[in-house]
Amino acid sequence: MDADLLRGGFTNAPVDAAHAFRAAMNVMARPGTVETLAGAKPPAPLSVAAGVLLLTLCDPETPVFLAGVHDCAAVRDWITFHVGAPLIGPERSVFAVGGWDDLMPLDRFTIGTPEYPDRSATMIVEEGETPLVNAILRGPGIRSTAAARLPELDAFQRNAALFPLGLDFFFTQGGRVRAVPRTTKVEAA
Amino acid sequence: MMDLRENGPETATEMTDYNFAYLDEQTKRMIRRAILKGLAIPGYQVPFASREMPMPYGWGTGGVQVSAATLTPEDTFKVIDQGADDTTNAVSIRKFFERTAGVATTEETSKASVIQTRHRIPEEPLREDQILVYQVPIPEPLRFLEPSEVETRKMHSLEEYGLMHVKLYEDISRHGAIATAYAYPVKVEGRYVMDPSPIPKFDNPKLEMAAIQLFGAGREQRIYALPPWCRVVSLDFEDYPFEASKADAPCDLCGADDSYLDEVIMDDSGTRMFVCSDTDYCASRRAAGHVGAQGAIEQEGAA
Repeated sequence: MDADLLRGGFTNAPVDAAHAFRAAMNVMARPGTVETLAGAKPPAPLSVAAGVLLLTLCDPETPVFLAGVHDCAAVRDWITFHVGAPLIGPERSVFAVGGWDDLMPLDRFTIGTPEYPDRSATMIVEEGETPLVNAILRGPGIRSTAAARLPELDAFQRNAALFPLGLDFFFTQGGRVRAVPRTTKVEAA
Repeated sequence: MMDLRENGPETATEMTDYNFAYLDEQTKRMIRRAILKGLAIPGYQVPFASREMPMPYGWGTGGVQVSAATLTPEDTFKVIDQGADDTTNAVSIRKFFERTAGVATTEETSKASVIQTRHRIPEEPLREDQILVYQVPIPEPLRFLEPSEVETRKMHSLEEYGLMHVKLYEDISRHGAIATAYAYPVKVEGRYVMDPSPIPKFDNPKLEMAAIQLFGAGREQRIYALPPWCRVVSLDFEDYPFEASKADAPCDLCGADDSYLDEVIMDDSGTRMFVCSDTDYCASRRAAGHVGAQGAIEQEGAA
């Protein structure tokens, strides 16, 4: 067993997770805002922010899908040791982690049912090489409008049209996190 | 053995009787996932596996669990019960988190970062950096009209809210006005009808605010949420528009005419006085020199 995979978890789990959750809640409640997550040192290519989100929100009750380059031995072993989440295909995953292009097509993921729209997947999109376009956000959590850079607009417009069903997105880069929930209306800037 | 803590053992926390904020970490993760889905689907009641808390149902177990999953050690916590900081329920919940989370507590609305409330929204407008946690007894606005959970869930999924309008219409036909005075139903973002918990309808217009609002119902095992500036409309009719009503009097202690009032019976001969239900609002107004009709008498009596 590689001793490195034992490293990089929370030093003080209750307090680190509490701080991380407040940041995650704040970005989900206020689309467009950016917060910083810290406390985890996950193996590459997993970003610090994505690692912290997994440690804070996932456990043996939440199957996780790893897309593309994120589906590697180092990340799988790290999640298995620190989080304990089952690793699974996209269809039944509760959380999915990967680059934007690797997560496509989005219609593989569960969007909830009309009676239980909360039973939908949460995407953790690692911002990497994918070029971003400027977007204007409207909706709950935004007083008038907010500006954001997104991988594309169509996917979010289609997702918002599914409301109250749909997917919720975290975007992570290094230690930074932001979110676009299903309620956010996206337009070209 | 190698040391897995990157920062060495000196940063390890002291051993205490309880985990931070009482709940175990897996329970908090479950509650946190429910809160995030609640914020993503404003007004929709997310089922969660409510835990048994060291206080009876009806004492705010839902709010306590949401607060426990939300608090950080740096927070300043305030608890109000019907607007008051000094009632049994508020005092015991405040003490609970002083002991189990070690958070600072306050009675001042402006100094609190997390406020747990039973049946009121503070008079002072909340800021972006504050969180309001409601204790909810019955989260389902349709429950008293339709007892079956299977049916009400279907009604929410089909957006079938006619029954609620019939209820408000019956109010008008019987009383000449919408008599519902508290737990007044609202529609969130044009989709879900939501019970704002038994706050007076005077507080309904404040539901569109800068702070994040979280609702926890322990016995009924539901969490729901309102993101900041979420559209919240109180249900009404064109010819009987919603009215945020309060007792038609100023506060007898601080003279405020814009705050929600409690009516207090003073003696056996029916003497009564109106006082702000928000004790912090009233106290800070009096500290600033505002005096109501009976405020001066009370000060003399206290001296």
